[in-house]
Amino acid sequence: MIKTDALIIGAGPTGLFTAHQLNLIGLNCEVVDNLDKIGGQCIELYPDKPIYDIPAVPECTGEELTNNLINQLKPFDINFHLNERVDEVKRENDNWFVKTNNNKIFLTPNVIIAGGVGSFEPRKFSLKECEKFENKSIFYAVKDKEIFADKTISIFGGGDSALDWAVELSKNSKVNLVHRRDEFRGAQSTVNKMNELVKSEKINLFTKYQLSNVNGNDQIESIDIKHDEGEIKNIKTDYVLGFFGLIMQLGPIANWGLNIDKKTISVDTEKFETNQKGIYAIGDICSYPGKLKLILSGFHEGALAARACFKLARPNEKYRFEFTTTSSNLLKRLGKKE
Amino acid sequence: MPKITYITSDEKVHEIDVENGLTVMEGAVQNDIPGIDADCGGGMACATCHVYVTEDWFNKLPKKEDGEEDMIDVAFEPKKNSRLSCQLIVSDELDGLTVNIPSKQA
Repeated sequence: MIKTDALIIGAGPTGLFTAHQLNLIGLNCEVVDNLDKIGGQCIELYPDKPIYDIPAVPECTGEELTNNLINQLKPFDINFHLNERVDEVKRENDNWFVKTNNNKIFLTPNVIIAGGVGSFEPRKFSLKECEKFENKSIFYAVKDKEIFADKTISIFGGGDSALDWAVELSKNSKVNLVHRRDEFRGAQSTVNKMNELVKSEKINLFTKYQLSNVNGNDQIESIDIKHDEGEIKNIKTDYVLGFFGLIMQLGPIANWGLNIDKKTISVDTEKFETNQKGIYAIGDICSYPGKLKLILSGFHEGALAARACFKLARPNEKYRFEFTTTSSNLLKRLGKKE
Repeated sequence: MPKITYITSDEKVHEIDVENGLTVMEGAVQNDIPGIDADCGGGMACATCHVYVTEDWFNKLPKKEDGEEDMIDVAFEPKKNSRLSCQLIVSDELDGLTVNIPSKQA
């Protein structure tokens, strides 16, 4: 069990800056995120897109913003728990008991939800029949590529994941690549490689087709794919891989007894506290009159929530407001002064 | 004010007056039309505002910009007449536009 002054759910820009604010005022914190990397939507949805409305930063990409925020955290010792989703939050005396999907347990007086629009999950096939084959014959990520050796794999999608795996798996498997249109949005070099493999008959390419049916009992035996013009093809396949990017889902947050309306959590604007004492919501996931879904608003909300955390983490101390320009306490924490 | 018709997957018809300059997505979100989630807030980064445009309107709309077709790749059940409603800016020319909302976006 990990004891901490505050647990932050979400390692996007809001969560990162809040970690900075907590450490600056002398609190420690742990950060949990369901993605495999730090940065949240900025890194997952628009790493290369420029952002123009971060105060004092005329232009930066999602990736640059993330790297700058990580740099800003360098003076501090912060544990990140990536690839972990918080599943359970419940009261335990004066603390919150927090458990992840990997059974990691935290005990903390303060839980800060900076979860954006929820956790990222793979987007799945819309066909209902696909559910019963999931993790048996249908996968949305490759964990162990050995199981595909000498089998027939049908890969759906037109981005880098679909193309990379089509190229990779074609070495040891029979690969069908199915995409809804002729153009691919993956890297041009991978598209070229894929086209060569199609020419040498290592990959069977089906464009303007989408999945229309899956056949089989326990395991998939074949699938039907439907052309834009209506023609249906039946292809034998052992495995199906779908790469349709990620979607954000509120997920377990909905079960923690919080006031939720339209996927957002109601908070006050003094502490950004929810209807549960010691649970705060900041950034895109919170709502209050006048809420703007801007990164800069998340920074402000995090700074105030961090001060509110101090009261519960250090009930016998008084919080004193200080500036980083002049306070020797803060400068020490920042490593700028002995 | 231009009238936009949103048909939800339960076949309910919602006729909404949407101010010029707003997007078709914003018109839906502000009027609580179910099925348009717009998770990314209009950044063309999530495909949860995906709609089907009726055929007669599809050709009249401004063409897709780079990136919209890429996002439609990951939308729920994309079709030839798929658009992202965050990219459709309401103007007098769009008065009478009808869009169908897929049965789910996630």
